[in-house]
Amino acid sequence: MQPRKHLLGLEGYSRDEILEILDHARTFRAVLERDIKKVPPLRGVTIANLFFEPSTRTRMSFELAEKRMSADVVNFSASTSSLKKGESLRDTVENILSMKIDMIVIRHSATGAPHYIARRCDSIVINAGDGSHEHPTQALLDLFTIREKFGEVEGLKVSLIGDILHSRVIRSNVLGLKALGAQVTLCAPATLLPVGVENWGVKISHDVEESVTGANVVNIMRLQLERQGSGYIPSLREYSRIWGIDTERVDLMSENRLIMHPGPMNRGVEITQDVADSEDSVILEQVTNGVAVRMAVLFLLSPLRREVEGD
Amino acid sequence: MIELMDKTQLKRSLKRIAHEIVERNKGAKNLVIIGIKNRGEYLAERLRSIINEAEKTEIPLGSIDITLYRDDFKEMTASPYVGGTAIIFDIEGKDVILVDDVLYTGRTARAALDEIIDFGRPNSIQLAVIVDRGNHEYPICADYVAKYISLKDSEYVEVRVVEVDGEDKIVKVTKE
Repeated sequence: MQPRKHLLGLEGYSRDEILEILDHARTFRAVLERDIKKVPPLRGVTIANLFFEPSTRTRMSFELAEKRMSADVVNFSASTSSLKKGESLRDTVENILSMKIDMIVIRHSATGAPHYIARRCDSIVINAGDGSHEHPTQALLDLFTIREKFGEVEGLKVSLIGDILHSRVIRSNVLGLKALGAQVTLCAPATLLPVGVENWGVKISHDVEESVTGANVVNIMRLQLERQGSGYIPSLREYSRIWGIDTERVDLMSENRLIMHPGPMNRGVEITQDVADSEDSVILEQVTNGVAVRMAVLFLLSPLRREVEGD
Repeated sequence: MIELMDKTQLKRSLKRIAHEIVERNKGAKNLVIIGIKNRGEYLAERLRSIINEAEKTEIPLGSIDITLYRDDFKEMTASPYVGGTAIIFDIEGKDVILVDDVLYTGRTARAALDEIIDFGRPNSIQLAVIVDRGNHEYPICADYVAKYISLKDSEYVEVRVVEVDGEDKIVKVTKE
């Protein structure tokens, strides 16, 4: 199989492709335990992080992963750029590419922005989140976290709870979980489920207690506080009471369980303080694993390995 | 395919190398052994067993995968599988015995040296190989060698170990 040039999303990824990334992530996870947390495979490779949307975790995680692989890193932040002067995405990217950048990591509010750039230039493109479409590295680190705990993803009951409509994390997770054979349930109020979700091949529920009962993994999505003014939910308090994950609901899960959240959390809204800080919560481990998974992705897509294939 | 060493001869060579190591280092007190994956790992284990028994001691054993330190990414067409490196002990000030099956260009050994010193500053690194086939491309020699051989470009040598290949044998193979 022709190796992929970009990571634009998990759509179309086979089980083997995903496992290859997760297997490598394990090795890099071990590198993060060493005294010298640096390995040389990306020496001489230049990577630009183009974040057109705010981010703490993903951005730092990518930057750390890149530096640990010995790459040279340049960061672009929308708020302090010429976008404020009205420069278009296309011009911004073309200007950056004229500076001979090997790889681009991009987060943008427009679905398809990474695909747009991949079509127009020679650089390797990694999607760090595009609109409500996909966030493949988040899903990969979620899958890695699950696999490290359970050994296998196949057959696990995984429930994804929250604002499905606007969540790129959920879309990528659904693709990845299905590829690895998990039993997926999505749970949200009807207003926060996208049209056509019944064709995603997963179980849909509006009842959070039903969704968490017997589940091995509950992955909780942030409720964006802006939603409360837009008619999707009556109030934050009501959302929290009906769909929030608290200790009683966690007790309905399987004995072998994980609580996950991509962050940032709204403590007290979609997740209570107790659950967030509980022993079943792997929220901070997800963050550590994120660096390892991103190192694996960078390694597998490295431009240094392109030259013989004649891509 | 020509057999260069059989199981018994290989065993004798390993025994000789193990004792040479102990002799040169005046005992086993400061030794650690690290095998280069794949086959070096198993050879290292065997050397360690022999030394442990001879000196009534337990020397630490580690293994490294050098894929991340290779200098030839551009030549790798297939997806490289990166196995793990397991050095769970401190190598600071230790005499590291690095073990591999074959020394050829020396690039693997170079990669291994770079990886090891990322873990600390050893007192020394000594290289033990079963076969040295010459044609070094880097100024690297082995400190302990079971057999020196000379090969044509069309030939290569295989050090087979039972853990990986199902048998202990060294063979010379001519490429088609």
